[in-house]
Amino acid sequence: SAVLNVDLQTDAMLQVDISDALSERDKVKFTVHTKSTLPNFKQNEFSVVRQHEEFIWLHDSFVENEEYAGYIIPPAPPRPDFDASREKLQKLGEGEGSMTKEEFTKMKQELEAEYLAIFKKTVAMHEVFLCRVAAHPVLRKDLNFHVFLEYNQDLSVRGKNKKEKLEDFFKNVVKSADGVLVAGVKDVDDFFEHEKTFLLEYHNRVKDASAKSDRMIRSHKNAADDINRIASSLYTLGTQDSTDLCKFFLKVSELFEKTRKIEARIAADEDLKLADLLKYYLRESQAAKDLLYRRSRALVDYENANKALDKARAKNRDVLQAETSQQLCCHKFEKISESAKQELIDFKTRRVAAFRKNLVELAELELKHAKGNLQLLQGCLGILKGNT
Amino acid sequence: MSLCTELVLDITYHQVKAPLFLVAQDLTLFCICVNVQSQPASLAAEDISTNSNGPKQDSLFDDDPEDLFAEATEEVSLDSPERDVLLSDGPSPAITPITPPTSVITPRIGHTHDDMFTHSSFDEIEEEEGGDSFDIHISVSDPEKVGEYMTSMSLFKRSEFAVKRRFSDFLGLHSKLASKYLHIGYIVPPAPEKSIVGMTKVKVGKEDQSSNEFVEKRRSALERYLMRTVKHPILLKDPDVLQFLESSELPRAVSTQALSSAGLLRMVNKAADAVNKMTIKMNESDAWFEEKQQHFENLDVQLRKLHTSVESLVCHRKELSVNTAQFAKSAAMLGNSEDHTALSRALSQLAEVEEKIDQLHQDQANADFYLFSELLGDYVRLLTAVKGVFDHRMKTWQKWQDSQMLLQKKREAEAKLQFTNKPDKLQQAKDEIKELEGKVQQGERDFEQISKTIRKEVSRFEKERVKDFKTIIIKYLESLVQTQQQLIKYWEAFLPEAKAIS
Repeated sequence: SAVLNVDLQTDAMLQVDISDALSERDKVKFTVHTKSTLPNFKQNEFSVVRQHEEFIWLHDSFVENEEYAGYIIPPAPPRPDFDASREKLQKLGEGEGSMTKEEFTKMKQELEAEYLAIFKKTVAMHEVFLCRVAAHPVLRKDLNFHVFLEYNQDLSVRGKNKKEKLEDFFKNVVKSADGVLVAGVKDVDDFFEHEKTFLLEYHNRVKDASAKSDRMIRSHKNAADDINRIASSLYTLGTQDSTDLCKFFLKVSELFEKTRKIEARIAADEDLKLADLLKYYLRESQAAKDLLYRRSRALVDYENANKALDKARAKNRDVLQAETSQQLCCHKFEKISESAKQELIDFKTRRVAAFRKNLVELAELELKHAKGNLQLLQGCLGILKGNT
Repeated sequence: MSLCTELVLDITYHQVKAPLFLVAQDLTLFCICVNVQSQPASLAAEDISTNSNGPKQDSLFDDDPEDLFAEATEEVSLDSPERDVLLSDGPSPAITPITPPTSVITPRIGHTHDDMFTHSSFDEIEEEEGGDSFDIHISVSDPEKVGEYMTSMSLFKRSEFAVKRRFSDFLGLHSKLASKYLHIGYIVPPAPEKSIVGMTKVKVGKEDQSSNEFVEKRRSALERYLMRTVKHPILLKDPDVLQFLESSELPRAVSTQALSSAGLLRMVNKAADAVNKMTIKMNESDAWFEEKQQHFENLDVQLRKLHTSVESLVCHRKELSVNTAQFAKSAAMLGNSEDHTALSRALSQLAEVEEKIDQLHQDQANADFYLFSELLGDYVRLLTAVKGVFDHRMKTWQKWQDSQMLLQKKREAEAKLQFTNKPDKLQQAKDEIKELEGKVQQGERDFEQISKTIRKEVSRFEKERVKDFKTIIIKYLESLVQTQQQLIKYWEAFLPEAKAIS
């Protein structure tokens, strides 16, 4: 899952991955491993330990950097959330007395597998973020990024305190209000006008699809859990029964044990190939929208600078100042527009490729599992019917 | 050659709106098709089952025909609180071996139409369950009579007929059978339970999915109940059962109202019994009974547990269906807004696949319920009847012991009276002793009889249980197979669409 990046200009390679991760009580420690031929690093291969907050710091530093206003900033990875899983493990521990040893062991294995799956996912999402940065022709050169990769001490990045969080909140509010205002202005450029319309609708629909896919997968997991319990009950019935049914029950119990593992796998694969895909593009489409807002903001600034220049010329006061300001705004707007266009085209390419890959893999996995289920069911039926 | 009878039941349902001048009446018509065919046991029983989801309908008469018929015409002991007059439908059938039938199974009569009303129910203020009624279509195939032999099909007067029955009629039938047979050791299948919530919805006339589902549940439950009842070789011959299946009109208003009070009485008796059971300590001379009771106790616990899990599965499967449908819609919307043409098309295809899959989940949830869940629910209820007959055996034993103790006391008293000069009292004592001796003998006979009956009943029950579980679970697994096959079809169709994205 590492991305090999070859910068043809400087012939430098930058490869980043998360080689290890440790889950402690309330935090996860990621080992970020870098292989690079870039001259600014002291060594060619090195590792540091980073926590989630440091990833967020890096992401925010990109967002706040005016130089990167024209790029889609790779979305920050979501916070590792083991709360639900931990709660379930705790409940299981409390309920240990009320179930048989087999049931307890089985459930414990289930929950541990779930915990592991969540863990793997959060590692993957943090890794994807770093890889996106390393793949970006400009961002990969960012100094903060290099510090993040190389500095082997704690970055002492504290989480934002209340005041800063509030400031962020208001910034977002203003941006949204701005967004509405700015979105209302029809863009002269057809490309951006289309992108605006497209992204606004797309983002909302991805959001909806993401939520609905989560719900669907949740139900699937629940059904698999039920089949697990059914298998256990059938097993007990099989060991207790004195009639012909005992072998019958044991066989069916064995069948359900196997099919429910497949059902659980289906839910997990749907989660990985569908739900995660949608979640990721929810975040990416938001990042793309943010880019459009920044461009619109720059456009507004440019238009205001034009008006200011006209006024200055009319009054014949501070004309030079107004001219400089106008030139800066123009330059900024044009720079953003140029890179934004490329970014949005790349976004589409990435999106189509990712959906294709995931949908194909999803279909292949669904087929594989359905065939597996079918084989198990038919095999068991053959035996059961043969004996009756 | 012993006789065997194939009975196939098919119940359908029609809901009918009552005219406005009636007060909150809903007339629910259930149409029951009963197909009866008689064959010798040597022929393999053919599966002529209908589209009903109920258990397979093989039925074998008891191996001991003599006992059967004797019991069918015997007057039942008269301890029960309510006793209907036993009606006889004609001469008791002779035990006859028959040659293979050459007749064809009569095709089932089509279902009744929506506008059929039970004319007799108009003028009745029913309790909350009373408004519904059922149509029973019965077709009885009549094998050729060979020589002077008569077939067991002389149980039925006609070969094809239709009757209408209410839900409360089924309950009435059950209560009659229970009062006649439970206390002498027969496992009488319990009737489906009432449901106030469900019934209210139907009464209000809601034509929505949940009230339709409720009615279908009830229809299916009644079908299984009736099937189990007529599969029982003794119960099938009971005059009340025959009347239930055949008579155009059943005794009405009185019995339904009496039913509630009789039902109440029975409940009270049950409660008293529960208390008594705790104080009866029986000297179990027969380990078989103790072992069986324990077995049924364990079975009950496990079946209830399994039932709960299956009910949960039904619920989650239905949720999955709903959520899949919602996701399908959402995916379609996403496909619409996607501006890359090939991807847009693929997403629309995904939406279509998920929509088909949601229907698949819905169908599977129905199979989960009607096959698996209801099987378990039925057996949980059946086990209460089984436990009931064991309890009755204990009560019978207790009665016998009580008589014996009383006899003992009387004898002691008589011995004392010998030395007094009270010839009248002495004679009275001797008379009482004579009577009690008779009671003790009867008590012992009753106890032996109920023990014998229970052994037979348990053996038959277990055979049925094995058959039921095997048959239905296999059917259920087949439903799972079908679902997987469909899934494969859908995803195989989608895969090239996904690959076509470029």
